[in-house]
Amino acid sequence: MMKRDEMLKAFARQRKDEILVAVYTAAQEITHIAPNDLNYTFVGAMGQGSSHALGLALGRPDKKVVVFDGDGSLLMNLGSLVTIANQAPKNYVHCLCENGCYETNGSVPTPRAGQIRFADLAKTAGYKKTFEISDLAEWERDLPNILKEEGPVFVTLKVELGEAYPENFARLYSLEHREKFRRTLANS
Amino acid sequence: MADYPLTAASIKNEFKRAGIHFVVALPDRVTSHYLLKGLMADPEFRVVQVCKEDEGISICAGLYAAGHKSVFMMQYTGFLDSINAIRGVAVEGHFPVCMVVGLLGKEPDLAPTKSKKLGVKITEPILDVLGIEHHLIERNADTQAIAPAIDKAFANSSPTAILIGREPR
Repeated sequence: MMKRDEMLKAFARQRKDEILVAVYTAAQEITHIAPNDLNYTFVGAMGQGSSHALGLALGRPDKKVVVFDGDGSLLMNLGSLVTIANQAPKNYVHCLCENGCYETNGSVPTPRAGQIRFADLAKTAGYKKTFEISDLAEWERDLPNILKEEGPVFVTLKVELGEAYPENFARLYSLEHREKFRRTLANS
Repeated sequence: MADYPLTAASIKNEFKRAGIHFVVALPDRVTSHYLLKGLMADPEFRVVQVCKEDEGISICAGLYAAGHKSVFMMQYTGFLDSINAIRGVAVEGHFPVCMVVGLLGKEPDLAPTKSKKLGVKITEPILDVLGIEHHLIERNADTQAIAPAIDKAFANSSPTAILIGREPR
């Protein structure tokens, strides 16, 4: 099991020019851990991160898009696995932060927490490659290869809450930051 | 067919006039046979099929953030099913999501709010409460409002709804 903030820090250390889409607590954390104008946190409704990321990946096939989704969120939008696999964007990396609970909503357990192999669901849907990682050293070691794989790629990351970071929902949905994202992406 | 009041070609031409390449869609009984299948067969368009309508709202948002215009085709049932995504992404998130909504079962030339179909009857009032502009398309002459509505949505970064009141053929 990895601390999620340590997992995100490890990603930030290896990040090049990827678009990063993050939801809920991971989105809050990434704004503190790795501020970047290509961070996309404007998801707006639970479960929608993977779908925003698909739009970005289809719109910019030249850019790698990495989404840090949640297990509660993905359960709310399971059909997106099929939609994504059907479009088969080569630049799509779907990282699932599996913590087995609705962390933002009182840490209530998700249905069948810990008993679902999300990577198997992704594989059955048609993702090209899947990984399951529960150790930080393994994540740091495998990440370069994961980012080189032809997508869509699915990575289950077994995580738990790490350090607490201040919540700022206004920042997550800021129109100013959204427009800055668009300008930065248009110029990159 | 010559006397039929609404053609799929007239709607498709408006999408082209508005610079649409991506059409996100979940089949709608009003538009699937002639319009959606026609778009899928046209190399000028890329149709992205979704499994549930709220996905489509967010895919359009991501496409916009990546610099693309798109439209999202669905039935009014899907519109009703995806209200929270429309609220959070399109309205409060200020994404120019352009929804093309088939009003399945609407009586010809009757205002949607007068329909006996509850889902059809409540669609426009819900759009009004959400503050989303809407345009009813029942005849070819109505279709000329489509491209300007899409242009306005992208200029203002706000959603719009094109309501298809009868099957385009």
